[in-house]
Order: sequence, then C-alpha cells, then structure tokens
Amino acid sequence: MTKDRSKRRKLLAPVAETGKCGVFLMRMLGSIRLESELLISTLQQTYLIGARSLVIIMICGFFVGMVLSLQSINALQQFGASDQVSLLVGKSLFRELGPVLTALLFAGRAGTSVAAEIGLMKATSQIEAMQLMAIDPVKRIALPRFLAGLISLPLLTAMFNAFAILGAVVFSIGVMGLDPGIFWSKLQSGISFGKDFVGGVWKSVVFGGIVSLIAVYFGYYAKPTGEGVGTATTRTVVLSSVLVLIFDFIMTSFLI
Amino acid sequence: MKDPIIRIRDLVYRRGTKLILDGVSLDIKRGSIVAIMGPSGVGKTTILRLISGQLHPNRGSVEVNGKLISSLSRRDLYECRKEIGVLLQDGALFTDLTVFENVAAPLREHTALSESEIRERVSEKLHSVGLVDTEDLMPHSLSGGMARRVALARAVIMNPKIVLFDEPMTGLDPIARSTVSRLIRTTNDRLGLTSIIVTHNVEQMRELVDYCFILASAKLIAEGSPQAMMNSQDPAVDQFMNGRVEGPLSFSNKDRQTGQQNAEHS
Repeated sequence: MTKDRSKRRKLLAPVAETGKCGVFLMRMLGSIRLESELLISTLQQTYLIGARSLVIIMICGFFVGMVLSLQSINALQQFGASDQVSLLVGKSLFRELGPVLTALLFAGRAGTSVAAEIGLMKATSQIEAMQLMAIDPVKRIALPRFLAGLISLPLLTAMFNAFAILGAVVFSIGVMGLDPGIFWSKLQSGISFGKDFVGGVWKSVVFGGIVSLIAVYFGYYAKPTGEGVGTATTRTVVLSSVLVLIFDFIMTSFLI
Repeated sequence: MKDPIIRIRDLVYRRGTKLILDGVSLDIKRGSIVAIMGPSGVGKTTILRLISGQLHPNRGSVEVNGKLISSLSRRDLYECRKEIGVLLQDGALFTDLTVFENVAAPLREHTALSESEIRERVSEKLHSVGLVDTEDLMPHSLSGGMARRVALARAVIMNPKIVLFDEPMTGLDPIARSTVSRLIRTTNDRLGLTSIIVTHNVEQMRELVDYCFILASAKLIAEGSPQAMMNSQDPAVDQFMNGRVEGPLSFSNKDRQTGQQNAEHS
C-alpha cells in the first residue's frame, strides 16, 4: 500500500514540479508593475546576461555559418547547384539553427549563471533576508532576470544569424569564390520574411522564456547548500536543452 | 504581564514526525532585551521563524503587536514584517550591493523618500553603529564585526518596533563581540525597540539582556532575569547555564536538530 503510494508519488513528481513551476511563473508575471526600479534592474540584468553572452554567440555563429556553407557547397556541387548555397544556409539558419543553437548556448552561458547566482543568494540567506525585510524576492530577484532572458535571447539570435551569414559569406565568396551577386540575390528572394524570419523570432522568444524560467525556478528552489546549487545549475542546462529541442519540434510543426 | 509585544501561547511545531516545540508559551515585554537560550538545535531559531511568520505552527498562536501571525495573508504578513527588523546569522548582506545600497534597500522598497533623504537616513544609521566612510565598500571587503554592524543598521533602518537577532555574536572576536553587544543595548534603548536574541552563549548574554527564556527538549524549562537563571536550583537550568557535562540534558545526536535548514520560504 505504502509502496504503491510512493511509486505513484514518484511518477507524479514531474507533474507536481511542472505545476509548481507554473505557479512560480504566475507569481512572477503577477508582480509586474510599471515602475522605474523594475525597468532599471531588468536593463542591468539584460546587460549582465545578454550583452555578456554576445562574444560567445558571435564566435559560434560565425563558425556555424562557415561549416554550414562548407557542407552545403560540398553537397550541392554534386548536382552542380553550388550557387544555391545561400538559400540553403539562410533557410536552415533562420528557421532552425539560429534559434536552437543560440538557446542552447544561452542555457549554458546565462542560464547556469542565473541559477547559480540565485542559488547562492539562497545558500547565504540573502533571499531569506529579503523576505524578512518584506521585499518580495520573486519580484526583485527572479522577475528582472526572467524578463532579461526573454528580451536577450531574440536579440542574441539575431546576432547569431547575422554572424552566421557573415561566416557563410566569408567562406563561400571569400574562399570558394562564389559570385557575391548570386549569393545575395538568392538569399533575398529565397527567404520569406513571414515564414522564415518571423517564425524564427517566435521560436527564440519561446526558448528565451523556457530557458530563463527554468534558470530562475531552479535557482530559487535550490537547496541552500553547495551541492544544492550545483544540482540546480546542472538541472538548468539539462532540462532547458531538452525542452528547447522538444518545443522546437512542436513549434516547427505549427509554423511550417 | 501587561500588554506584551509578543505573546506566544501553547506553541507546537513539528518537522516531519519530530517534535521541535511542544507547548511553549511566553510573553515578551515591550522595550526589553530578551534572550531565548538553549542547547544548539533545540528550536530557538524555529521560534524566531514562527515570530517572523516564515513558519506556521502546528498548534498554538503567535501574536505580534496584537496580530495573529499565522492568520495573515502574504500581503498582510509583509506589511507586518516592516515593523520587525531581523539580523540573521552572519548578517546575510546582499553581496552584489554596496554597504550603502544594502542599508538603503528597505527604504527604496517601502518608502517614497528622495535620494537625498535616503542618503541622510542611511548615513545616520551607519554612523550610529560606528561606521563612517564605508558606504561604498562591498560586503566581501568588510570584517565580520563590520558586516554585523552593517546588518544591524539595515535591520533598524525602517525604525521597527521589534528586532530579532539570530546568534548575533557568533564568529566575532572578543572586541567586536563587546562592540556589537553594546550597540544592541544602545540601539534598543535609543530607538525604544524590543530586541529578541537567540543564542546559546551564556557568557555574552549575562550582561546584555534583561530577561531569559531557556528552552530544552522542545519545552520552555525556565524564565527569569539572567542572575536568577545563574542561581537556579533546577538541575537542567544549572547544567546549561554553567556548561556542565553531567545533568538531565542529554547530548546525543538523536535529540538534537539543526534548526536552520529546511526552513520553508513563504
């Protein structure tokens, strides 16, 4: 009987966790007020987690663009269609690789630091001190970081895409000697603003929400010990990566 | 006692199946400094958490300033906490803010004071705890004693009626300890506070406090002036106050609990 119950509890644990996470999200959204303090701290966090992720995003984007065009040219050459490379690179970037890879990088770079930061605040009783001063930590600590992630990821994705295109230009025009005119005109005519570009932006907004919600949630509910903070960071990366890929499939099947 | 600021009645608190507090009743007089003492892990910090509303009792009541803490909504509880200052173990300063911003945090959150008024009040409080020219320092560059004083300034910045201290002297050198101890007394008397200190250190409390409550084995075993406690004939009180190994209070792990972890956050 008790064995049954503990088994059931184990099975239901993810459901309960999801619910708790949803309640947490509602608490965050419910504490949004139009006030300068929230704006300032959100901007600060956007700088800390967004702007500081910029370099890694740009480097990765550049190389992803290069490798994409290398692979595409290699494959397209067999059909004598290597001038289509910008179309292939552009489509795969704007629709899939840009939002997904940026979200995964963002989870590793910013998600972990947010989870660890909040977890450490908890371990050193700073969160408790806030509550005791009647300052709501959900509003002052979690919300600005969540909003900053939501704002940062689409912008970072745009940077990633831009640098990936740059990488593709460098490789296919600079190295492989493709005609720049064909490259740009194929890109311009082949990529639709609505489906390819806006679809990608939607994805990155959703991914931004997922990654930053998970980071603040795990940080906030971390066990207040060194080990607890470690667990929170690991779970943040793992779960947000998995969820990004799952939601990528779900959203693609609606957007396509 | 007439009109106590804190009235605790028949308080029962369980963590899991373990009884942490079993029928504790006590009154705390307005304007006094009282100590809640007892061996480590006896539920002293738990009492503080019940007073501040971080935990809810399984039975019994905690009244602060006439308000029944466990019955308040989150908003009312936060309202009520504005009248309570808390100094946690190690101070719990915000590590990403300067000393000034740490002390100013409650003002920024709860008042609409102008920047210059905030600056004035923060300097005044920092001054009153003996800190000058420290406003721009970060918490990690402070010594233990200084950090504790900053935390004290932060705890009283909203001019609360009650200040709760959780082991305020732990980890300080003797000079810093005496300084903090004196500061607690002067702050209490000057601002007309009621201070509640949770500690297991008998020595430090003897000079500082007006009244002691002694907890052991989940119950309140004695209360009275420090002097009366020192001279108590009760074997358990005598054992604790004079630090004897032999006596009715056991020291086995089974009976001890670290009361700091697992606190549910509201």
